[in-house]
Amino acid sequence: MQTDMQTRVLITGGTSGLGLALVRELTARGARVAFVARTGERVAAVAREYGAHGIVGDVAQKQNIHRIALQAAGLLGGLDVLVNNASDLGPTPLALLGDTECEDFERALVTNVLGPFRLTKALLGSLAASAREGRGSVVLNISSDAAVNAYARWGAYGSSKAALAHLTRIWNEEMAAHGVKFLALDPGDMDTPMHALAIPDADRATLKQPSISAREIADAIADLLPVALPSAVRRAS
Amino acid sequence: MIAADRPVQRSVESKLLYVDATGRIQSVPRSSLVALLQPGDVVIANDAATLPASLTGVHLPTGIEVEVRLAARASLASDAVLRFNAVVFGPGDHRTRTEDRALPPPLAPGQHLRLGSLTAVIEKLLGHPRLIALRFENSTAEVWAGLAQQGRPIQYAHMPQALQLWDVWTPIAAQPVAYEPPSAGFALDWQLLSAFATKGIVFATITHAAGISSTGDAELDQLLPFDEPYRIPVATEKALRRACREGRRAVAIGTTVVRALEHSASRYGAVLAGEGVADQRIGPHTALRVVDAILSGTHEPGTSHYDLLHAFTDQRVLRRADRVLETSGFRTHEFGDSVLIERASDKYSSDVRRCEADVIFLPNARTGRTVRGAYTSRFSRTPAHVVQEPRRLSSARRLVGCTC
Repeated sequence: MQTDMQTRVLITGGTSGLGLALVRELTARGARVAFVARTGERVAAVAREYGAHGIVGDVAQKQNIHRIALQAAGLLGGLDVLVNNASDLGPTPLALLGDTECEDFERALVTNVLGPFRLTKALLGSLAASAREGRGSVVLNISSDAAVNAYARWGAYGSSKAALAHLTRIWNEEMAAHGVKFLALDPGDMDTPMHALAIPDADRATLKQPSISAREIADAIADLLPVALPSAVRRAS
Repeated sequence: MIAADRPVQRSVESKLLYVDATGRIQSVPRSSLVALLQPGDVVIANDAATLPASLTGVHLPTGIEVEVRLAARASLASDAVLRFNAVVFGPGDHRTRTEDRALPPPLAPGQHLRLGSLTAVIEKLLGHPRLIALRFENSTAEVWAGLAQQGRPIQYAHMPQALQLWDVWTPIAAQPVAYEPPSAGFALDWQLLSAFATKGIVFATITHAAGISSTGDAELDQLLPFDEPYRIPVATEKALRRACREGRRAVAIGTTVVRALEHSASRYGAVLAGEGVADQRIGPHTALRVVDAILSGTHEPGTSHYDLLHAFTDQRVLRRADRVLETSGFRTHEFGDSVLIERASDKYSSDVRRCEADVIFLPNARTGRTVRGAYTSRFSRTPAHVVQEPRRLSSARRLVGCTC
């Protein structure tokens, strides 16, 4: 059922790890979900499985940003929640800063900082419109403890996530008066393809399941939306 | 006037011609707009984002290249994007003046157009050989992806460089439903919205599918503007009602805002939240019910945009304004300078200006209780007013929406 009362969400990096878990969690809670990922076949498969709108695109490509925004706002008829989840680790295997290629650092910055900035800016009108109409409006940026702690070999990723966290605070400061709320959250060390890429020999049993983080994030989003919103992505009871 | 030929939405050099209610004219920097507004004013803008509505492809029966400019659809619904009315051009692109563009091959119902990854069938001709109703033979998702990948913003010969979507989206652009940018909104930015708030100016929006401004064909141009669907949020209805009761002004950013608000008020007595289709022309004989001032681009005489300005002030004042625009180096077209025109005091029509929409009491079909409803629901068989926000509306208006 599609009604105007359902919360409309866009998730970047929606075909694996935390992004995929968020697509699953938010569609299960009744939200209308669009997601972005780079590989057409994966996008189509996830869209089919969860009844979400799949958008093929790369947030690291400037030319893709408005195309993504057009499809998201077009398919959903507006936007209430943006989750900037797509991330790039920088060099893999992880490397000391002294051994980090500038191009790898650049890619991490473009994917983790500039991409979310551009996509947020392109969708700011939609988000502010939702706020004006009393639907609530949230931008949730996925951060990391590497944004706070100085872990060796996490230089590119950690500094890009630190920049994203700070960007989130400034957005929030500037857009509070317009009713758009910004939040950066650390989902914890999860058992995801990205984690496997970063730490291939990690004991997976000690890692958090992305579905748990997705539930916590969905709760955080619901807490920032007006309680009166019946379509709010509420806690699964 | 000078053609603005670069896609710069806001420049420090942007100018504003201010025509006040007494017909006095002054030229000021556009950055001083906020100083010309009053605390308590409600500023209403069109928050439509602009579609990349120009698609290039092939007329399959002849193999001849065509440019299809999507120009209208029936509603703003996000899943109703398979049927459009469109204007078709022959080979060539925007760098040729529309008046000089090659004609398309003869078009007929049943013919197919291949537009990149999309295929469209011509359903009928709409009273003109170049104006068609088309239907995409693709899924809704494919149409959105196809527009995103292959569509380009509609543009004209005065702007040689290819426009990108970010050039034509205003800073407040939200749902992509406009065919050309609601360009008066280029004057807005987030800094200005903050300045409004500081001065006690209320900001509200509508969403209106701004249509194409020119076809290059005199006969077709006579049909402009096409019918344009719009949506008025509940928050905007409330802000305008409160302002009306308290004698505060409504300032429209752009002609599309005037068209939507005046259309709603002409149907319901006052602005009512919901979706409608603006099908009226506004000109010298229009009695404005809602809007007290308009911020607009500088328009050339003879266009429908220019005609609309006559509802605000009379011919003599506009002629004087035109002379100042010509002699003071004002720039025209969508990225040009602006005018702010206050409704002349003799354009005041107290007999039609009301703050409350017409309502009657109707029995709710399901509960049997008597509820408040917009009066037209009783008299019109067709959905005059499709309400999209049932949760935020009174049950009466929900009834209006549901009975469609």
